[in-house]
Amino acid sequence: MWEYSEKVQEYFYNPKNAGVMENASGIGDVGAISCGDALRLMIKVDPATDTITDARFQTFGCGSAIASSSALTELIIGKTIAEALTLTNQDIADFLGGLPPEKMHCSVMGYEALRAAVANYRGEAWEDDHEEGALVCKCFGVDEGMIERAVRMNGLTTLEQVTHFTKAGGSCATCIEGIEEVLVKTNAAMVAEGLLDAAEAFDPDQAARPVRRPKAGKSPLAIKLEPVSKPKLTNLQRIRLIEEAIEGLRPFLRQDGGDCELIDVEGDRVMVKLSGACVGCQMASITVNGVQERLIEKLGQPLRVIPV
Amino acid sequence: MRPVYLDNNATTRVDPAAVAAMLPFFTEQFGNASSMHAFGASVGGALKTARRQLQALLGAEHDHEIIYTSGGTESDNTAILSALETQGQRTEVITSVVEHPAILALCDWLEKHKGTTVHRIPVDAKGRLDVEAYRKALGPKTAIASIMWANNETGTLFPVARLAEMAHEAGALFHTDAVQAVGKLPIDLKSTEIDMLSLSGHKLHGPKGIGALYVRKGVRLRPLIRGGHQERGRRAGTENAPAIIGLGKAAELALAHMLDEQTRVKALRDRLEQGLLQRIGNSFVTGDPEHRLPNTANIAFEFIEGEAILLLLNRAGIAASSGSACTSGSLEPSHVLRAMKVPYTAAHGAIRFSFSRENGDEDVDRVLEAMPGIIANLRSLSPFWKERGQDRPAPAAAFNPTYA
Repeated sequence: MWEYSEKVQEYFYNPKNAGVMENASGIGDVGAISCGDALRLMIKVDPATDTITDARFQTFGCGSAIASSSALTELIIGKTIAEALTLTNQDIADFLGGLPPEKMHCSVMGYEALRAAVANYRGEAWEDDHEEGALVCKCFGVDEGMIERAVRMNGLTTLEQVTHFTKAGGSCATCIEGIEEVLVKTNAAMVAEGLLDAAEAFDPDQAARPVRRPKAGKSPLAIKLEPVSKPKLTNLQRIRLIEEAIEGLRPFLRQDGGDCELIDVEGDRVMVKLSGACVGCQMASITVNGVQERLIEKLGQPLRVIPV
Repeated sequence: MRPVYLDNNATTRVDPAAVAAMLPFFTEQFGNASSMHAFGASVGGALKTARRQLQALLGAEHDHEIIYTSGGTESDNTAILSALETQGQRTEVITSVVEHPAILALCDWLEKHKGTTVHRIPVDAKGRLDVEAYRKALGPKTAIASIMWANNETGTLFPVARLAEMAHEAGALFHTDAVQAVGKLPIDLKSTEIDMLSLSGHKLHGPKGIGALYVRKGVRLRPLIRGGHQERGRRAGTENAPAIIGLGKAAELALAHMLDEQTRVKALRDRLEQGLLQRIGNSFVTGDPEHRLPNTANIAFEFIEGEAILLLLNRAGIAASSGSACTSGSLEPSHVLRAMKVPYTAAHGAIRFSFSRENGDEDVDRVLEAMPGIIANLRSLSPFWKERGQDRPAPAAAFNPTYA
């Protein structure tokens, strides 16, 4: 089961602006039935101001495709075409409180539908920049040709570089094996054509070697046994930190009708005065413990808080 | 409201009687069956009983023909890799295009990295195997033919007894992935020529993480997992005693309920299927209705997408599954439906309802009540659908989106 945000669910169960628009100013049809997603975006534009006054959608697709389409219409209504075109697929995803990585392509579809609808309104022919070819990264809709071009044009030789240039493999990562294959093939061809030094070509064996962790310097057990230590503080610094921490807690104590005041610090003993509702409250010991925990966290040193 | 669970081909609820049988083996009888003391001995006895219970369900001739594994996938991998390893001269594998990924992904890997030749036998529009193509693919190089007993998505049955005989005529071993068949169909392995069979506990009200590979006596086997001498050296690793015992109980119960599965459960499935087809236009049954599992219905609803249907069904408290792309995170619809040439507009909207003996009439009523509204709702959102007052789809030319 996908983990859809509340907002995705809301926009799926009760989509806004769904349905057909009569006399639309522009229509964008994107997606394809074979991919399982298809979207028709219809916009109404006020020619005087170039403002999108209304938008409707029809979507064939999963929950997040329907939610993304609906979100798109909400985002563009009231915007000028120029403003609307600055929206990215990430804006759609953000509007929905995020999408599962494997579902990011649903927001990409919205992004492209908007461009197609605007092109249609302006009487231009809209051409998407995808080519036919095996889709490698399904999350971002990156095909083999696109990876190959990026590798060739920029002389890429690692998986990380391919992800940075094309986004491929940057989401669910299930296509890494496929990307590496294209990388090996393309690099080999580049070496053969004299475009790349053989020593620099992507080497899957090298990539498979274990990555060493930087040495922690200590046994993992030691970390648990020793108190968390921070750089040594002067007495004055310590007292200031303790004061700050207590000040930070006071508003919460006051909400409950109590208060807490710092009296003195001796070594690791912190003397405090509880007042108001804190005095004689059955929760007093919990309050003291809470203050103590807060101070330990803040100073990174063991301390005892003693009510006086 | 009580949830309606109709996804039993994905997994089943462990029968409370199986749970009860397992429980003592976590605590009181925790011994290692291999140990030379009383703790081990009592577990050993229980494992023996469990093995016989499973033997009875399979109709196997000997109880030692059963090798416990972690599940169907491990059993499938063991069978095919062993067949290739034991017969060095035979380097080809025959399987079908509609197998489970446990077979298909392994075959893809073998083909790519091990030089194995893989023949993937096609199916027709009803999902029936092209037996003639199967016959032609068999030959002196065939190490093993592996064809599923019943398809997990459509329930379509394959004539495995006959396919096993044909494999033997060519001197090849025959394996069947029977994960969906075991517990739902009467099986009598001793009267067939099937050499190996895979099964999984959680598909028949047993626990997850346990399965078995049946290996007919005399068939040579190379273990996939090497180590200790468990399972007569054919699958190393300390026996998962509680799960094996739970599977034994589940097998006994499945045998006891076999008639119920073939009659009452089948009638529930049929009533649901007919009811849905009556109430919802532009929908049809996929697979071979004449030869299929009694518990499975796979219905394609045109012009809408499966995940959206499942989400709305889930909100109505109904659990089913889909061959749709979106539920798996891939964009392609089920390889099974595509192999059957189900059009994309329908394959994306195929929903599988799979029953078990725990379902009743109320479950069918609930789906029949919820489904028409859900389908109408989603169709109203779909650009491929135009109602025009009489439930007629738009002509194909009306919506031709640019590929993106």
